[in-house]
Formats: sequence, structure tokens, C-alpha cells
Amino acid sequence: MTNHWVDIKNADVVLIMGGNAAEAHPCGFKWVVEAKAHNKARLIVVDPRFTRSASVADLYVPIRPGTDIVFLGGVINYLLSNDAIQHEYVNNYTDLSFIVREDYAFADGLYSGYDADKHKYDRSTWDYERGPDGFVKSDPTLQHPRTVFNLMKQHYARYTPDMVASACGSPQDKFLEVCKLLASTSTPTRAATIMYALGWTQHSVGSQMIRTGAMVQLLLGNIGVAGGGMNALRGHSNIQGLTDLGLLSNLLPGYMTLPSQAEQDYAAYIAARALKPLRPNQMSYWQNYNRFFVSLMKSWWGAAATADNHWGYDYLPKLDKSYDMLQTFEMMTEGKVNGYLCQGFNPLAAAPNKAQMTAALSKLKFLVIMDPLATETSEFWRNFGEHNDVDAALIETEVFRLPTTCFAEEDGAMVSSARWLQWHWKGVEPPGESKSDISIMAGLYTRIRRLYETDGGAVPEPVVKLSWPYARPAEPTPEELAREYNGKALADVFDPKDPTKVLRKAGEQLAGFGELREDGSTSSGCWIYCGAWTEAGNLMARRDNSDPTGIGQSRNWAWSWPANRRVMYNRASCDPAGKPFNPARSLVSWNGKAWGGVDVPDFKADEDPAGGMGPFIMNPEGVARFFARGGMAEGPFPEHYEPFESPLGYNPLHPKEPRSTQNPAARIFKRDREALGKVDAFPHVATTYRLTEHFHYWTKHVRLNAVMQPEQFVEIGEVLAKDLGVKAGDRVRVSSNRGFIKAVAVVTKRIKPMTIEGKTVHTVGIPIHWGFKGVAKPGFLANTLTPVVGDANSQTPEFKAFLVKVERI
Amino acid sequence: MAEVTRREFLKFTGASLAGSSLVLLGFTPETALAEVRQFKLARATETRNTCPYCSVACGVLMYGTGDRAKNAKSAIFHIEGDPDHPVNRGTLCPKGASLIDFLHSDSRLQYPEYRAPRSAEWQRISWDEAFDKIAGLMKKDRDQNFVAKTADGLTVNRWLTTGMLAASASSNETGYITHKVMRSLGVLSFDNQARV
Amino acid sequence: MALQSLDIKQRSATTTSPPGVRAEATVELAKLIDTTKCIGCKACQTACMEWNDLRDEVGDCNGTYDNPRDLTAESWTVMRFAEYENPKGDLEWLIRKDGCMHCADPGCLKACPSPGAIVQYANGIVDFHEEHCIGCGYCIAGCPFDVPRISKKDNKAYKCTLCSDRVAVGLEPACVKTCPTGAITFGTKQQMQHDAAERVVDLKSRGFENAGLYDPAGVGGTHVMYVLHHADQPGLYNGLPERPHVSAMVRLWKGAAKPLALGGLLVAALAGWLNYVRVGPKEADADDERAAERAKERTDG
Repeated sequence: MTNHWVDIKNADVVLIMGGNAAEAHPCGFKWVVEAKAHNKARLIVVDPRFTRSASVADLYVPIRPGTDIVFLGGVINYLLSNDAIQHEYVNNYTDLSFIVREDYAFADGLYSGYDADKHKYDRSTWDYERGPDGFVKSDPTLQHPRTVFNLMKQHYARYTPDMVASACGSPQDKFLEVCKLLASTSTPTRAATIMYALGWTQHSVGSQMIRTGAMVQLLLGNIGVAGGGMNALRGHSNIQGLTDLGLLSNLLPGYMTLPSQAEQDYAAYIAARALKPLRPNQMSYWQNYNRFFVSLMKSWWGAAATADNHWGYDYLPKLDKSYDMLQTFEMMTEGKVNGYLCQGFNPLAAAPNKAQMTAALSKLKFLVIMDPLATETSEFWRNFGEHNDVDAALIETEVFRLPTTCFAEEDGAMVSSARWLQWHWKGVEPPGESKSDISIMAGLYTRIRRLYETDGGAVPEPVVKLSWPYARPAEPTPEELAREYNGKALADVFDPKDPTKVLRKAGEQLAGFGELREDGSTSSGCWIYCGAWTEAGNLMARRDNSDPTGIGQSRNWAWSWPANRRVMYNRASCDPAGKPFNPARSLVSWNGKAWGGVDVPDFKADEDPAGGMGPFIMNPEGVARFFARGGMAEGPFPEHYEPFESPLGYNPLHPKEPRSTQNPAARIFKRDREALGKVDAFPHVATTYRLTEHFHYWTKHVRLNAVMQPEQFVEIGEVLAKDLGVKAGDRVRVSSNRGFIKAVAVVTKRIKPMTIEGKTVHTVGIPIHWGFKGVAKPGFLANTLTPVVGDANSQTPEFKAFLVKVERI
Repeated sequence: MAEVTRREFLKFTGASLAGSSLVLLGFTPETALAEVRQFKLARATETRNTCPYCSVACGVLMYGTGDRAKNAKSAIFHIEGDPDHPVNRGTLCPKGASLIDFLHSDSRLQYPEYRAPRSAEWQRISWDEAFDKIAGLMKKDRDQNFVAKTADGLTVNRWLTTGMLAASASSNETGYITHKVMRSLGVLSFDNQARV
Repeated sequence: MALQSLDIKQRSATTTSPPGVRAEATVELAKLIDTTKCIGCKACQTACMEWNDLRDEVGDCNGTYDNPRDLTAESWTVMRFAEYENPKGDLEWLIRKDGCMHCADPGCLKACPSPGAIVQYANGIVDFHEEHCIGCGYCIAGCPFDVPRISKKDNKAYKCTLCSDRVAVGLEPACVKTCPTGAITFGTKQQMQHDAAERVVDLKSRGFENAGLYDPAGVGGTHVMYVLHHADQPGLYNGLPERPHVSAMVRLWKGAAKPLALGGLLVAALAGWLNYVRVGPKEADADDERAAERAKERTDG
């Protein structure tokens, strides 16, 4: 979230799209209800189904799964055509006036630089033009035909209300009502927030759906302001933390990136990431990359990380390609993976195409499960009738199942969707012999290290030299680890403005990432968490909930990254002179000498606004981008592409160009492409989702939740039910080209047939929560049905739009 | 009165009214006391925690038996929302309000287990045995398949034949140490629940 | 604290009057259920079961979201879902948390023949004391909302206590505390009426012209009230009765009982009649049809 949960109460308009906050985040959703009750806010829900969020919305608009870019592109077109944009904001805080390179082109759904064989773009033409001074050229009058403004206007002129109605199936009058409500927030004193979740991410164009939403918010001047923002509602309690800490194939902590194998030269690795400003007097905060990186390497390899060995740069594995989950499962299916560890993760249920997942796990030599609960993955080899029809005698995989503690049985911090790091306390001993995940990782590591120390082996240095300064090596404490990721001074740290002044004495905890150094005198395991555990103690454990101005800024509750900032980009809540656009909901302002307010300014604290520094300090431009440059795999402006299993088989925007039917830059493996189904055999559009009574695949183990939703069901509309001869409560079989499930039919008015390009399309809703373990009625894993194709940027699989066939049993 | 079943009562009222009418009319040998159920949290030990489900990260209060004295073994018997928490303000959704049954779920694992190739059963093992076996398997695989350099001489130090999926509800401290350990081994097939 | 007072106002089948000296010191409490804020998440259902140490059966799906499907001795509150297409053609998902209304004039208490099995506290809570319950089921017959249920396990009647144990120590009921959207609130009846009025103004500004408060006079008002988008059509909310009232037969029974002069035959006739209404249809109020069907299906007790 750019903003935070309580801040939603400041919104005037709330758009929930690509998510279902009432259902998946009920206690956060209270702030939407609060905005409605006490801020006269209007709530819009755009969703294929009339959801629990829709049940309290002022305006519900149906949409065909996977067509959100058409809808939002239509909103952009409306805002530009009707001049409903916040001019002072976009002119000063975005790239609207920047001039794009002459060789950038877009035609028939494809951008310049496309390699159809590799399904990849050469993105070099997707860039701004530079002037003789090396800075980006701009035309503040917006007259130049290649300004971002004119290119964007041209791009979205095709996204007409008629196109929205035809491609999305959304009634035109309702679509225009959405446009009008959103447009009402283009004034500086009104704000809209967008709340989304996996309903956007789980598409082959998911990242671009989110970008389109962000572009709408930028046009309206709604980023960085109270009651505004792009608010990603993370699905799990610490998925934000795990992402911050870089537990993804290509990341390091704090959104630093692992080197590719081409990056053999350390200095070049740093230079490519320490981006120089693209405009005069811009902060471009990533220029400090080397400080973050060296401090991380000092935390990991301690004394073994020295200037001479480039702080252990060689110890880091180098990438030749992405090894995301889908890539790894493909390698596993091919028998190229021997060992796999699942820590609190149930991939048999969570990953696409269960049959293929079973085949992949069966090829492993060993599988290690660490979990508090008996998951499906841990028993993938066991026969559970039609719910898991396997023969254990044919599966060679050795499986270890290690019991772990859960929240109530351990201390530690978790990061909420709002980026708050909150400490929690152990209340009870774990059951049986359960151990914490920390003890398990330490137990494994200390044994592996001992083996390397005594027996040697392949490249032992990174393993045996890893810094392990814990009082009890087999049982590091959460406190030791939290202090480590915050970081400390390894030698005295001096003030760069006054080299005689010691800012931080050797051995002290650092107060913030401003104290990090590139000379090895500081350590920090995750630079964005620097400030969480300082000499003042554990700030994540703070419990002062006071809210001095009544706008929900309880800044002394726990600790928020970065730098305890609660609303990101908050400098953009002020006009160029530093005065709040909306004084009634002021976050920060310039007092003539410094920036201050109820939030920590997202800006250089003493920067005079007259200097023209932009509020988007992480971007080398200093402003927000409508034009993504080379940042996205499939193009600098979001374009609609159909889901990989499309009920149309063509792209309504490019009916004659088959190469742009689906995301041209998506990666799909041959086996998975062959497993795609076609509309003639699988005529119904399916989408998977959560119900509020359950959490993922956990609460089927929880008696109370099993009572609330005991048995697997799918949701179909009344018209489809009638066509199929199905009544509510009948059992149906839902099949895709990858398998089938059987479930009870919930027949509802909440899903209606849609007319798409003149053709009737039915949507089938598939809740995900059942499986063959737990106290709820046994069921099928919903991912038996889903396709293995990911978003081209994030490789998040397309669970929200695929094809099935529903039949009466 | 408690042992009188309804069936008996109805039969009785149908047959003869002499005995029951007094009761029906409000005369009873017992005093009709009106007491509410005992408030069960009166001296329970309260521990503050965070709901482990979605990322709203609601504050919860866990109520346990005992006062943390040396001889008292605590058991959590009730969980409700933390009213001081600025986001949830004491509220909890149907998952959070049911956390007690997660904590005490029959599906909670109790001890390390091992499933041998082609076996249809678990066998209980000790932690030492589990750690030693897994560490041995990992080292063997790493030693056999570690790529220090590519064919054209690039230093890559990667281990692709073992991978890991990290948790989504574990603490930062778990995430941090997990990343530290797995990268030091050269693992690249490394992911978390963020994608699904 | 006045809010904690559980002084007794009346007891079932008891002729002696409760201590009355402190009656003026207490306040009348109420729970307000705002159906226009309710998302049907069922947190109130689980919080109720959790607090009251109840665990209903893991049932099945009958093609709706309603689970458990009906009130039981272990489910003291359930969400009832209704899909309603309004005259404009827009869909409304009307969700109502069902459970005891804690009537000011409680039909269950009036009908109960067992002394002290049902009490009404001065704060408005109507509580069942199962140790005095004889399982006769008259409370069900007497209830205009079809709420109490008799357990198959111990043959005693159960229903929502409004968490009298929590309220007695100054806390709000478990369902109120947990409600994620603030659709359930708790306070003095006066405050709840005031809050409801504020909600009605907001709802009218959003086009719900008939928004209003449900606090039916036929049972003397209730200590559980609803804000409805369509207060003119309570039946839309899964058969919420339009004009609930304590049946005339129950009134007669109480009226005749008090003078201690009731003849045996009359008692027998009444008992027989009350039993009939428990297993057969109740008064043929159109609103009560659904409840009557459920009563017919019920085989417990």
C-alpha cells in the first residue's frame, strides 16, 4: 500500500477492483465503511461477481475476467477527453511533458523492438529523448507530438465507451458513472483510493492492470495524498515482509537485485543500479545503492566481506534467467531438481495445474516440509480417492515433515500491507516437539557448515564464512536477528558535512538508512528496515495509538518502513510551493526552512521547493511515469491482451493481429501451452477466489471455519444453471483441459451472463479453500483446473481468467 | 425439575394436573436464582499478538491459563481483538475470531516424521535424525551439482538442483535468516507466496 | 456502573416480584445491527461460538451461503442471505444477522412454565437459565421471531444471551466486539436509536428512501434493533416479521396464571395447544410462514 488501512477513511471515492476487500480483508474494509459513514464517500466495485464488497457499494459494475485494462484505459480516455485531470499535479509531478524517442512506435498491439520468436522485446527505443546536457527533453506546453501526454492520449483514444461495453461487457451507463465519480476527485480537495489484490496480479497482464490503475490515480492527483494512493492488499500476514526481505529468485533484501551472470564486474553492477538523475536537481535516491549493498554484505559475511573481495560479491549466485516458481516447477517436471524445501507453503494446493505439480514432486529425491499443519503437499504421495488419486508405491520421493511453531508460540515482527512492522509476543509453548522455523534453519545450517568444515566440498567459502554471531548458534533469537537486519555501526560513523563529528559510535544500532556507509563501517541486513531497532530500542513494539490530527496518522504505533513514513510520496500532497493541496487533510508541508507534519516527509528534509526537486525521489526523473520506459516487459503503456484461455480467441482491439491476442512478452513453456484449452471444448470463463469464512488452505483445518463454510462449491448464474438443468445444491463437474473438480452448485443472481463482442459469455466462480486434509468436508484442490502461465513481469500465474466446462453430474 | 423430560412433562400434564399445576403456576421448592455465567477471563494472562492470516495484521489478545509462575503450564483458551490496535480496534473477521481452533487444530504436527520412498506411511523420527539426514542430502546434492563457473569462465556460484519456497506467515526474523542461509548456499530457485 | 447492572426485571413463572429498589439506577442497553453495513462475513457467528464454547456440526453446502443453515442450540446467531432485485433492476444482497431480539415484552418468558428458567434483566437482556429449563419448548411457541432451540444433547432450550457474562463486567457482547465493519454496535438504547437516525439520513442520501429502524412496538420494542434499507418491507430480509407480537394465547396464559386460580382443565388445554403450535403452524401471519416451515421440519426435543 502506498497509504495505509486507517487512511482509507479519508477517501471521497473508493474503487475496489481486482480485489474483494470486504471478503478477504474485512477488518481493513471497515475503513471503507467508515469513509462512507462519516466522509460521505462513494464506493465503486468493479468485479465479475457481485461480491460481499459489492453488497455495500454505491455502484457495482460487472466486468469480464481479464479485461481490466480495457476498462481502466477507457477511464483514462474519459479523463483526458473531458480534461478531468489535476493539472498542477500532473504538470509538475509526472513525465507528462517529457519527449519520447522518435524511434519508439506502437502498431497492431505491438511496440517497437519485438522479437516474435523469443516472445521478447528489445526495449531500448522505449525511452525519453535526451538533450545536449544529458537530461531528458520536455515541452511544458505539451504541444510537441511526442510528449508523453500526446502519445498517451493517442494510445487510449481507442479505448472508447463502446469498446469497454463490447470487450468488458460492462454496461455503458454504469461505466460512465464510474468515470464521473473518479473524475470528481481531480480537484485538489477530493481524493480517491484504489484497492486491489490478486484479482489484478493473477493475470498474464496483471502488472499492467495495476499500472493502468496507477495512471488513473496520477491523472487525478491522487498519489501521495491522504485518502488516495494505490493500495495493494497483500494476502498473507507477512508476505509484505518476505518480499521486502527479498525472498524471491532474483531479489536481495530491500528491493536490491541479484546480479546476472553477465555482471562479473562489481563496479558495473553497482553503477547499473545507482541511477544518476535524469533531470536537474533530482534526488534519485537509488544513487545510494552501494551503501545499502555493502551494509547487507557486511551483515551476511561480516569480517569476510572486505573491500578487496568486493564485499563478497563473488559469493552471491549469479542469474542466467529467472528461477521463479513456475520455472522451478518446469525444471522439476523435467527431473532437473533433486531437493525441495517448503517452509509454511503448500504448493500442491497453491501452484497451478495440480496434476503436473504432483508429477513434478514425484520426480524429487527429497522434499522437506516445515509447517504447523498437515498440508496436502506433505502427503502428495498418499491416496485420498478421487481427491488425490496417486499410488504411493510408485513415488520415490523421500519426505521429511518438520512441525513448526505458529504465531502464538513465538516472538517476532510481521509487516502488514501498510508496511507496518509490528512485534508480537509468545503466549504459549508449541505442541509436541514443534520448533520455530528459525531453529530449523539454524539447525540445518550449522550442520551443513560443520560438514563443509570437516569434509570440504564444492566452494565452501560462502557457507563457512557466513557471519553467525548468535549467542546460541543453533537457536538464534528473534531479537538478535531483528537487531541484525536493522544494522549497526561497525566503526565510528562520521557526519559527511563535518568529518570530525561522530554520528554513531562503533557498536551502536543505526537510527536510519541515512547512516549507512559504503566503506564497510556499517551493517544492515535490510536497508529499508533500518530504523526499526535503534539505540532507542525495538520501535516495532511501540503501542502509542494517539492520532493528533484525527486523520488516522498514529505514527508512534509500531514502525513503518521506510523511515516510519506512513504515506509514500507524501511530498506530492503539497503544491509546488510546498503548501498542502488539501489543508483539511495535511500530511506534510514546507515551513520556509524545513519539511514537517504529521507524517515523515518523503523528501529531503531541508530542500527548498523552489529548487524544483520532484516528489518521486526513487525515480531518476524525480517525477512519476506514465511512460514506463523499459520498466515493463510488454510495453511502456499498458495495452489490453486477452487471457491465455480466452472466450474470444482474438483481441477485440486487434482482431486481425494474432501475435497480439495474448501478452506478446509472456513466457509460457511448451508443455503448458499444449495444456491450454479452447473455447469450443471449454465454453465457460472461470475465476478463482477466496471466501471470507476461510483463509487459503489453512482454515479447513479449523473447526469453527469449517462450520461456517463446510463444503466445496462453485458459483454459477441462474441463466447458466437453467441451461445446464442445475438447481442450487446439485453437484456439478467443472473441467478444464488439465483436470476436473466436483462441487456443489451455488446458483445465484450475483453472476450474470455477459454479452461480449455480441456473444454470450458465462462466468463460473471457483472458491479455492478445500482439499483432502482438514476438518472441512474433503474436496478437490481448485488448482487442478488452472493454467501454468504467468504475468510477463512477475510470473504470477493466471488464476483469475481461464476456460472450463460445467456439467451436471 | 431438570430430570423431567419434555415428553414426560407433556404426558404428565395430559394425564393429571394435580402435581404439576403448582409448578406451572409459579410455586417451586427451589429459589429461582438468576446468575450470569462466570466471566472467564477474570485472571487469565493476556498476551499481545498479531493475527497470522491476511495483511491487515489485526492486533489480537490471547488469554491463557496460569499466571506464568514456574509451575503453571499455560494454555491459550480464548483469543479476541486488541481494542488498542489502530486498524482493527478490537474487531476480528471470522478467521481471526476462530484462531483458537487453529491453535488447537487436530492437524497440528507434533514431531518430525519421515516418509521413505514408495512407502504409504509416516514414521516418527528424532530432530537429530531429521537434521542430519536433510543436511547430508543437501550437501551431497550441492557438492554434485554446484556450478562455480560457466563453460565460458563466468563465476556464477549457483546451485540449481535444490530449491525452496519460503513461508508467508513467518516472521521477518525467520525470513531474514532463511534468505541468509539459502543464498550463502547459492540457491536461486527461491520464492515465496507473493506470487500466489 | 449502571451498564453492568443485571438486576432482575422479571422471571418466568414466578409470582414473587424481584427487588425493585435499584430499578431506576440502570440503563436500558441495546444492540444495533446495521444491515446496510453488514457484509455477511459471519465473524459474529464464530465469535459467538468461540466465546460461548459452542461448536456446531460441520454441515454441508445446500447451494447457498447460509451455514449453519438455521439457528440451533449451538448456533445462537446465523446470517441469512437474500438476493433481491430492486425495481430499478439493480441487485441487492440483503444479509441479516438473525438471533434473539431481546424483546422488552418477551413472549418466551411469558410462555415459560418453569420458574426462573427465563429472566429479563433491568438492562433489557432476556437470558435463559438452562439449569431451570424443563425442555417443554413453550418458549419457542411464545417467540414471535422463532429463535429458541432445544438441544438434542440435554433437552434444554438455548439462545443468544447477549453475552450477559460479558455485559455483567462492563464489556460488549462478543459479536459486537468482533464485527469488522461496525455493522453491530452496542450501547444504551437511546444512543442506538440516535445512531440509527444518523444512518437513516445517510442512507436516504444514497437513494434508500424507505431506510429506517426496526424496533417493533408489538413486542414492546427490542433490545436488538436493525437498520434496514427497506424498513417498509422487513420481509425482504429473509422473512423478518412485519408486525411481530406476543400471541394472544400466551397473554391469556400469563394473565390467568397470576391470580393462582387457574383450573386444571384449562392448563391441560393450554399445554396441549402450546404443544400443537410448536410442531404445527403458528398463527397464519404471512411473515411467519418461513418460520412455521422451519418449525414443522424440526424434530428435536
